[in-house]
Amino acid sequence: MMAVPGPVTAARLPIRSDADLAWVRQQVRQCAADLGFGLVQQTKLVTAASELARNTLVHGGGGHVDVTPVTRGVTRGLRLSFADSGPGIRDVELAMTDGYTSGGGLGLGLSGARRLVDEFGIDTVPGRGTTVTVTAWAPGVPTARPGL
Amino acid sequence: MSEQETVESTARRLGAFLELRREQIAQRWADAPLFRTVFTVSREEAVEACKAVVDALAGVASSGRLEDITSSGFDSVRDQLGRMTDAWTRMGASPARIADEVAALRSPVAELLRAESPDPAAPEAAEGLLAFTALMGTLRLVVMQTALTSGEELIERQRQQLLEVATPVISLWEGVVAVPLIGTLDSARSQVVMESLLEGIVARRAQYAILDITGVPTVDSLVAQHLMKTVAAARLMGAECIVSGIRPAIAQTIVQLGIDLSPVLTRASLADALAYALSRLGIEVSPRASTR
Repeated sequence: MMAVPGPVTAARLPIRSDADLAWVRQQVRQCAADLGFGLVQQTKLVTAASELARNTLVHGGGGHVDVTPVTRGVTRGLRLSFADSGPGIRDVELAMTDGYTSGGGLGLGLSGARRLVDEFGIDTVPGRGTTVTVTAWAPGVPTARPGL
Repeated sequence: MSEQETVESTARRLGAFLELRREQIAQRWADAPLFRTVFTVSREEAVEACKAVVDALAGVASSGRLEDITSSGFDSVRDQLGRMTDAWTRMGASPARIADEVAALRSPVAELLRAESPDPAAPEAAEGLLAFTALMGTLRLVVMQTALTSGEELIERQRQQLLEVATPVISLWEGVVAVPLIGTLDSARSQVVMESLLEGIVARRAQYAILDITGVPTVDSLVAQHLMKTVAAARLMGAECIVSGIRPAIAQTIVQLGIDLSPVLTRASLADALAYALSRLGIEVSPRASTR
């Protein structure tokens, strides 16, 4: 049976364990496919979601993601908002630098995820938590950004 | 009479009532959805199943412990209840729905119980009804317990199956091994992959090891890091590692993510990777001249 591209509803998914990460990836892939994202765009958004969800889990000590379908004119998109109430990020600019890591990874989570989506926003208060919101538009032509 | 004794005598009277009215209750229950939807072959089958449950309840009531879900009186019907909840679950019913269906069994018997009592206003009648309600609550819990247990068993079985999927190390040629990676590569699984690959390299004296990621849906920076660590470890064991099966969408994503896979030898497909390994081993594979 083919999945009928039905209306995508907003959902809040918990991020508490590795198994939750896999569930977030699956759900984001499903939503993106339902909204008519191409395979490359799906893969990019799912990969960005995987990076950000892992940040929420590893650095934020767990949290949740809000998956919301959005529209702009006739263009449909998907907004993901990852929220945790962890220690926050003291130096956002440094955290966004390629290769900077505080957790022994490759240091590409935040900066890489930003390059994989169309819109990227980060809101962090040291000691209070971090919310990273990304949006991808389908079937969008990603706006060219200098330096890529 | 102490309260304890009153409760026990009420329970015993309830047990006697259930034994006496076994046939009538079973006839009424056989029409209830809980039994009717499961036992579809014949009505007799449903009635027999109902009788088994009535007998179990009568046994539990006679023992005087109406609220004991571990009571041995339920043992005779636990299997049957398990099969019934399985059938409901397969039809897509939630545990809450099943619980509702069990609750629906109460009122037909409560009617009988009321009709039976000589004086509906007497305290005994109210006590009997109360005892029966408690007993049905216990039955409901027993059914829930069997439903949840079978769910847990299913999860455990699937977990075991997933571990079995793990990672075979395949000999492709003398000196060439391959590991097809499938599914999510979290830290625990990639540790298993690395170990089995390194063991395979030693056991088969492999000079070339191919990691095929055709079946990996998402390659993020953590997965890439695991891959690079595995490649580095294989290199330390004296084997050259080739990563194959990077699909176009994943290739684009890796580049935009900023992962530098240049220290890793990559090929588009497993066949290309094998061809590369064979050519490096000085082995040439060509069609037989006579078949041309």
